[in-house]
Amino acid sequence: MEDNVIAISIAVLGGVAVLAAAILYVVAKKFKVDEDPRIDEVNELLPGANCGGCGFAGCRNFAEGCVKSLEGKFCNVGGADVMNKIAEILGGTVTAPDPKVAVVRCAGSTACRPKVNNFEGAKSCAVVAATYAGETGCAFGCIGLGDCVTACEFGGVSINPETGLAQINESLCTACGSCVKACPKGIIELRKKAAKFRKVYVSCVNKDKGAVAKKACSSACIGCGKCAKTCEFGAITVENNVAYIDYTKCKMCRKCVEACPTGAIKEENFPPRKLKEAAAPKELGQPTNADKVEVKPEPEKIVLEKKSDNPNAN
Amino acid sequence: MKLSTFKIGGVHPSGSKLSADQPIKVMPIPDTVYIPAAQHIGKPADIIVQKGDKVKVGQLIAKSSGFVSANIHSSVSGTVTAVGPVPDPSGIAKMGVTIKVEGDEWMEDIDRSETLDTNVDRFSDKEIIDRVTAAGIVGMGGATFPAHVKFTVPLEKKAEALLINGVECEPYLTADHRVMLEKSEQLMVGVKLIMKAVKTEKAFIGIEANKPDAIEKLTELSRKYAGIKVVPLALKYPQGSEKHLIKAIMNKEVPSGKLPIDVGAVVSNAGTAVAVYEAVMKSKPLIERVVTVTGNSVKNPSNFLARIGTPVRLLIEAAGGLPEDTGKVISGGPMMGKAATNTDFPVAKGTSGVLIMPEELAHRREPEPCIRCGKCVDACPMGLEPYLLSVYSRKKMWNECEEHYIYDCIECGCCVYSCPAARPLLDYMRLGKSTVMGIIRSRKK
Repeated sequence: MEDNVIAISIAVLGGVAVLAAAILYVVAKKFKVDEDPRIDEVNELLPGANCGGCGFAGCRNFAEGCVKSLEGKFCNVGGADVMNKIAEILGGTVTAPDPKVAVVRCAGSTACRPKVNNFEGAKSCAVVAATYAGETGCAFGCIGLGDCVTACEFGGVSINPETGLAQINESLCTACGSCVKACPKGIIELRKKAAKFRKVYVSCVNKDKGAVAKKACSSACIGCGKCAKTCEFGAITVENNVAYIDYTKCKMCRKCVEACPTGAIKEENFPPRKLKEAAAPKELGQPTNADKVEVKPEPEKIVLEKKSDNPNAN
Repeated sequence: MKLSTFKIGGVHPSGSKLSADQPIKVMPIPDTVYIPAAQHIGKPADIIVQKGDKVKVGQLIAKSSGFVSANIHSSVSGTVTAVGPVPDPSGIAKMGVTIKVEGDEWMEDIDRSETLDTNVDRFSDKEIIDRVTAAGIVGMGGATFPAHVKFTVPLEKKAEALLINGVECEPYLTADHRVMLEKSEQLMVGVKLIMKAVKTEKAFIGIEANKPDAIEKLTELSRKYAGIKVVPLALKYPQGSEKHLIKAIMNKEVPSGKLPIDVGAVVSNAGTAVAVYEAVMKSKPLIERVVTVTGNSVKNPSNFLARIGTPVRLLIEAAGGLPEDTGKVISGGPMMGKAATNTDFPVAKGTSGVLIMPEELAHRREPEPCIRCGKCVDACPMGLEPYLLSVYSRKKMWNECEEHYIYDCIECGCCVYSCPAARPLLDYMRLGKSTVMGIIRSRKK
């Protein structure tokens, strides 16, 4: 009797197993999805950070895209090495875009941008941005609660405890763009990565009129337009009371840095200006003068603006 | 007798109605008014005046820019000195009109007499709605939804009853309370007008039991006006929410994503009803409102009748000045109001109160980890799960937010009020709600 039970169990289970195997076999044959084996190969090569910087939903999706066509595809994180290996597998050529690096365009440190109220709510830039103007008088600048820090997969962003601003560690930045998307104020921009991480940029996005901006933050761009006049390459435009340097046109002569009365234009990672300092007293005298009469040159600009405004108004 | 109220959730904050006994005082006209172009839900109005224009009290200065929008009128007479940014409690200046006051010259067609006009029958329903539209009336409880949109009942729907919201469940605020007491007759006529506009024979005025004088006075008056009934309600926050008032009075639930009219209700604030009376019977647009200025340390908590655009700073001065121990100035009540970054912002159509919190009460506790006690779920009057939604929102899981009905959140703050760990639940819920609403809107396009 007991033998019988065992035999029947084996037979039934065995039968079910064979039947299931047959069904699985048929299904697997019939609904087989042909996947290009190269997708797996490419996927293996990719960094696997799934940062989305390439515009695809993760690394595997990017690999699928590469297999379809390599044109215009580039993984910033893996860089040229990885892309060349992928090109070997797939055949074809990779065109590397200009290498870029994230830049935080706000210099409103706690020293030059005083707090006017205290925010005690959720520690999130997105929440602050959705609620009100923020803790300082400037409604455009860095909130400093670190949504970009959380967004960065590579540990490349941190909040500087002294200034209270986000700062980028250029050697870790892969220009994936996660921080750019995470910043509710749109302060972070991907700019051309020059040799030795040198860069010249307007470290302000405040669209308020000069006086208002200056009141809220001593290093704000007041939209005076001196930099635009100084620039020999036409790289600087002033729109909505704020200057912007087009990095494709900028030759990094740094004349605008000297011209800026508020210090909103920053130069970074350049060697100290030895030669000029030697000849300095006179030449540096000019910028300081400009500092003092900072208000005076403006009427000129205002007249210009009025001239251009009036025809529209009338 | 057991008083009726809504069933799910709710909290019981202390009333603190400090200014309940203070009669409405008329604020002197300020030197300058700042009138924002967006004082209502919907599209901001289009400004139609220019710098240098002379305006009179009641003159149209910004035109409704769509169906869900509202006209804005000058609240003073004088010269327009600027069309541009005006102060806002959020600190982000908004478009508006700045007017320098010269005298007090009103538009000729406005009837400024105090005589009560009860002749409702001389207007048709359409005329009433037209006059409400022209006067730029919005919901004056704080939500500022354009009134003419509510009163225009779609053809396929029918309003069973009109509910007048005299609940004023926000602690501290007493503006509606005073309006109900001091403008009772006008309120009743206003209710009659709205009843006619939405074509219903029944109206209920819901008043919470902490305003016995208002209940008594309006009940007495309601005998003269057929169809109007005063309903005393048990104390519970947020009973002044449209959907909860419907549940409390009509015992009907508005389904998710539907409007009150879908269950046959039109809800309007008591202050709005008075504004409707003035607009229809006296041709007076919405140019002034009652604002409560209150707070534990405020010298004279008061109710002011202030012109729209009056800087709040002047109201605070009139109530005895900003107390020394001020920790926070809130535009609105303590539960739903928004903390202001300045006191220069103007009184708008939806400014029901200005609350000044002393330093000791102004701060939030440091948040602690969620202990999964579920108090927020018990307290949520919409039956949502705030602890879960706030996490979804923080993690940017918008699909999950939508699946769990984040758009039903009425931002009443009961969850934060009841949270023993002082978690910033509502901060994240608001973010999630606005993001999900944006996603839903973009999907429709």
